[in-house]
Amino acid sequence: MQKSIRRYFPVFVLPTLLAFTIGFIIPFGMGLWLSFCEFTTVTDAKFVGFKNYIRAFQDTVFLHSFWYTALFAVVSLVFINLLAFLLALALTQKMRGTNIFRTVFFMPNLIGGIVLGYIWQLIFNGILAPYGKALNLNEWYGFVGLVILVAWQQVGYMMIIYIAGLQSIPGDLHEAASIDGANGLEKLFKITLPMMMPSITICTFLSITNGFKLFDQNLSLTAGEPSKMSEMMALNIYQTFFGRTGWEGVGQAKAVLFFILVVGIGLIQLRITRSKEVQQ
Amino acid sequence: MKKRMIAAAMSAALISGLFAGCSASSSASTSTGSSDATEGSSSATQSGEGSVFYLNFKPEQDAQWQELAELYTEETGVPVIVKTAASGQYETTLKADMAKTDAPTLFQVNGPVGLAAWKDYCYDLSGSELLNQLTSDDFLLMNGDEVAGVGYVIETYGIIYNKALLEQAGYTAEDIKSFDDLKKVAEDITARKDELGFAAFTSAGMDGSSDWRFKTHLANMPIYYEYQADGIETTDAIKGTYLDNYRQIWDLYINNSTCEPGLLSTKTGDDAVAEFVTEQAVFYQNGTWAYADVAELGDENLGILPIYIGVDGEDKQGLCTGTENYWCVNKNASEEDIQATLDFMNWCVTSETGTKAMCGGEGAMPSGNPGMSFVIPFKGNLESTNPLVNQANEYIAQGYTPVSWNFSTMPSEEWKNGVGSALTTYAADQTDENWAAVVTAFVDGWATEAAAAKG
Repeated sequence: MQKSIRRYFPVFVLPTLLAFTIGFIIPFGMGLWLSFCEFTTVTDAKFVGFKNYIRAFQDTVFLHSFWYTALFAVVSLVFINLLAFLLALALTQKMRGTNIFRTVFFMPNLIGGIVLGYIWQLIFNGILAPYGKALNLNEWYGFVGLVILVAWQQVGYMMIIYIAGLQSIPGDLHEAASIDGANGLEKLFKITLPMMMPSITICTFLSITNGFKLFDQNLSLTAGEPSKMSEMMALNIYQTFFGRTGWEGVGQAKAVLFFILVVGIGLIQLRITRSKEVQQ
Repeated sequence: MKKRMIAAAMSAALISGLFAGCSASSSASTSTGSSDATEGSSSATQSGEGSVFYLNFKPEQDAQWQELAELYTEETGVPVIVKTAASGQYETTLKADMAKTDAPTLFQVNGPVGLAAWKDYCYDLSGSELLNQLTSDDFLLMNGDEVAGVGYVIETYGIIYNKALLEQAGYTAEDIKSFDDLKKVAEDITARKDELGFAAFTSAGMDGSSDWRFKTHLANMPIYYEYQADGIETTDAIKGTYLDNYRQIWDLYINNSTCEPGLLSTKTGDDAVAEFVTEQAVFYQNGTWAYADVAELGDENLGILPIYIGVDGEDKQGLCTGTENYWCVNKNASEEDIQATLDFMNWCVTSETGTKAMCGGEGAMPSGNPGMSFVIPFKGNLESTNPLVNQANEYIAQGYTPVSWNFSTMPSEEWKNGVGSALTTYAADQTDENWAAVVTAFVDGWATEAAAAKG
């Protein structure tokens, strides 16, 4: 068995490796290179050094989008995880119809972001219209709208992860705690939460990176209006690259900065939550 | 042995899946054109002839181009693929497609500013048969000594109005000869809105499908008058001399419309069309290309007025006529493809089928569908059946001065978006501060973007 694995491993690894190389490694390398270039289309580029990075940092809209995105990531992280955890707690209680509820809460996750964005845009504007307001007139309307939209979309997904985590906690721990006289809250904070740390690590990681990378919902819900004030980083990069002649390289430089930022934040977050995980 | 067989079978399945994926995606990208064109392209690569890939700018004429492409392929065997970019997405689509191996051989730029980005890709058209067909050199887009692009359609815009409704309100087009007249009529209609059952203007929607009517076309008016006053054709620093007039006309549009000004940010181009054809409004700012959308009101009911903004001497002002559609041929395409593309362009403006499709109206396509109703600056131009075009010609015949299309000198899309956003904000809350933001976006934004474009 060992021998045949050694012999045939290229057969199994190569297709995936090939796809990974074509789909990720090559574009990533090209992207890095292009961030130091000036170009109109990605196939004819001229090296210009750090000029693009300097222009990216001088772009006030980009800096605004950074703070806006960071705030959004934090707010949506808290909002999504709290809701998902509460739902998971509720739906692991002994009651009828939990499976139906789980399915229902999970379903929004199956709809694409663009579609969701347009649907919620109709809903929000329908609510705001009688007051003579619209979603794309105020950046904070857009912000709240996005938080609601993303929470609605992702709560179900995180909930499933939390439910799996909850179900893996051995029942005897709770039983022992009850015998020792712990009440419900104590059991939640002293047993359930510490035992759930692996799930929390995954969910916070997913929701914070999703928050930073949010693109299609942003594009379809507000498209950055008013005056790019509700434009988040991914959309800003896209608009810089495709929307502005002569700024393609700057867009690429922003994308590299964005990559470093998301990786950095992801790693820090992983380290923090990992350190709180306990062994069963 | 058995295990080995399974391993081999599994890996074969994996690999074939991989290749299936590749081939599926490549066929999907070519099938954006017609299916005939896809079949044609494979036969062409075998026989070594060229092929044409046209990236079309005008979504409203997509069906006609697809049909024309098919007809050309039937007639000559040369495959033609037509792909149309979604409204407002042309530059994005072009940028992505030009980087591909199968890049468009025929694409469009919108004038000098658009050309600046794409000049390295434009084939020099001088000496081509197409230029001999051109009626005036005004429609050439020059890059130094080279002919980089050729305008292929002349268009006109103004305020389209519904004659029957205007009469119902007690006026005719004769009553509207200046901004003050237009304001009087519009405000009178608004005052009697409930009694009449319709509003003066269709919603000036600031959704991406409609905002170009105001941030680009309407903004042309103050730019035109400033250029006239200063005797220039383009500038790096606009002064905004006529921005108060821009505000006047914008105020008129948004406050005499079918909806509250605050809701304009969500209104689309389709909304405005719907309001116009269902007779909820008298005036609709758009151009000759919109004829197909509004034709159901009946030719006798459609008229078009100049956009008056209250500048001295505007009684002689005509409609806005020009082009922002220049055909460019991709220099980097293979020689056969370039030749095929030139032949195709020439065929479009000389052959009976081509000119009929481009200039004709109702039933001009062989399939019975309406043609593109263009006015083309080529010798093969046919008399138009588009009443808006004919009225535009009448204005010129009567001695009104057509307003040129100066928006092709706007420094960038970014500038247009900045003005558009500021207009939207102002519409929702019409304060002087918000108008000052429009002025800033207009004047300062122009300088910034013009400087950025020069890099």
